[in-house]
Amino acid sequence: MSGAVIEIDGAKGKESHETARAVYEHPLPVRLCHWVNSVALFVLVGSGLQIFRAFPSFGAKIPQKDLLHWPKSLAIGGWLGGALQWHLTFMWIYIATGLFYLGYQIFSGNYRQVLFLPRDIPGVWPMVKHYFFFGAKPAVKEAYNSLQKHAYTTVFALGVLSVLTGLAIWKPVQFSWLAWLMGGFHWARVWHFAIMWAILLFVFGHLVMVILHGWNNFVSMLTGWKKDPEYDPR
Amino acid sequence: MDPQNGDANHVDSKSTDAVSGDKKVVDAKLAHAKNVSPKVSQRRFRQMNRRELLKLTPVIALGAFAIPALREPLLKQGLRFSDWASGKLFRSGQLAPTFADSAVTPLEKFPINDYDVDDPGVIFENWTLSVSGEVQKPGEYSLSQIQALPRTRQNTRHVCVEGWDVIGRFGGTRLSEFLKLVGADATARYITVSCADDYYESLDMATALHPQTLLCYEMYDQPLTREHGAPLRLTIPTKIGYKQAKYLTELKVTRVLDRVGYWEDQGYSWFYGL
Repeated sequence: MSGAVIEIDGAKGKESHETARAVYEHPLPVRLCHWVNSVALFVLVGSGLQIFRAFPSFGAKIPQKDLLHWPKSLAIGGWLGGALQWHLTFMWIYIATGLFYLGYQIFSGNYRQVLFLPRDIPGVWPMVKHYFFFGAKPAVKEAYNSLQKHAYTTVFALGVLSVLTGLAIWKPVQFSWLAWLMGGFHWARVWHFAIMWAILLFVFGHLVMVILHGWNNFVSMLTGWKKDPEYDPR
Repeated sequence: MDPQNGDANHVDSKSTDAVSGDKKVVDAKLAHAKNVSPKVSQRRFRQMNRRELLKLTPVIALGAFAIPALREPLLKQGLRFSDWASGKLFRSGQLAPTFADSAVTPLEKFPINDYDVDDPGVIFENWTLSVSGEVQKPGEYSLSQIQALPRTRQNTRHVCVEGWDVIGRFGGTRLSEFLKLVGADATARYITVSCADDYYESLDMATALHPQTLLCYEMYDQPLTREHGAPLRLTIPTKIGYKQAKYLTELKVTRVLDRVGYWEDQGYSWFYGL
C-alpha cells in the first residue's frame, strides 16, 4: 500500500484552498521492523563490545596483544556473563525482525521501493557527487534514490552477514562449514567485529542524512506519511 | 488505451478484443486514481498520522528491558531460549573439527584458567572417582580402572567464553565407555561432576555420550599436570571451555539437575554447545 498519495486541503493556510501533497512511504510492518531493529542493534552492539572487552584481541591468548581498550561505560551488560545474556536474548529479536522484514518485503512487493538493482548503478555516482563533491542535485523521482537503495540493500546484507558470522562464533562445531567459509573460528570473530563497524558506519551516515532532511522525512518513519515529498509521487 | 487500438485488435481476434476491452476499464480506473488523489482535511490528516503513530506502540514493549525488576527474568528467559535452541542444534553425529599435530598450540601456550587455585592439592595415591546415581555399579573407581578402558587421543579446539581459543592434544577414555563400565542408565538425562577445588558442572546425556567427550588423563601425550586438572578432567570439544571441569572427584548420573554449574550459577549459559 506504499506509494498512495493524498492531497491535504488548506494545508498552506486557513483561508487558502491550496493543497499539500502527502505520500504513504513506509508501510506499518516496515516501520515496526525499523524501530524494533534499532533497539536490537543498539543492545547487540553495546553488549557485543562488552563481550569483546573480555578478550580484546584477535591473536593468541599467550601472549595476549590487546587491539583496543573499549571503555566499560560505552558497553552494555556490566560483565561478560551479563553481556552474553543481553546478546543471546536480543539476537533472537534481531533475527526474527530480519526474517519478518524480508518476508514482508518479498510478499508485499514493497522491496521494489528499496532493492538496489543493476539499473540503479548509473544513478549512484551523480548522488555521490551531489553529497560529497557539491555536484548538482539529480532529479528525485521516487522515495529512494539510487544511492539510498544501495545503502539500504547493503546494510540488509550486512545484517545477514552479522547473523552468519555470529552463528559461526556461537556454534563453530554445529556450523563448522560456516566457520570454515569464513576462514575458521578465529576469522569468524574478526568478520563479526568488522561487520559491526560497517553497520555502525551506515548508522552514522543514516543519522546525518535524517538530520539534514528535516522533520517531514523523519516523521514518515513514524507515521508512514511524508508531507511535501521532494518528488512527484504520481 | 485509445479506441483505435481496440479496433485494430478487433480485426485480429475476438478473444483479444474481449481482453483489451476489460483492460480499457481497468486502465481508466487506474488513470482516474492516479490523477485525482483523495482529498483530506488538515484535521483528518493529523488524525491519520496519530493513528499510524499509535500502531507503533508494540515497540514500547521492548522498554520492559529497561525496568530493573523485569530485566533479570526477561534476560533469564532469553538465555533459556538460547539453551533450548542450542540443545536442538546439537547433533550427536556432528564431530568437532580435529587438527594436524602441526596446528596444535604448544603446551606452554595453553592457558590455565581456574576459578580458585591452580593446584587444589589432590593426593594422587588416595584419589578415586566416586560414582553415584542412576548406575548399576556405584562406588569408587581408581585411575588405573579408567586407564584400562580404550584410550582416545585427539587434537581439538578449546574455546573459552572470553573469546580466545587454543588447539590442544588431549588423551583419555570416552566418557561413554566409562558410563558403560559403571552401568549408567542412558535414559537418565544428566551427568553432574564435582571437583577437588569445589568447582562443579553438569552435562546433558547426549553430549556425555558424544564420541569426542573424554575423561581426560593426559595432555600432549603426557600425564595431566596439576594446573591442567590432574589426575582427571573433562574435555568436551562440543562445549565451551568452562564446562570442561578439572580435578574431578565425583560423577553422578541423575534425572534431576540439583546442581547446575559454578559459572552457570553466576549467570552463564548451561548448555553452551559449540
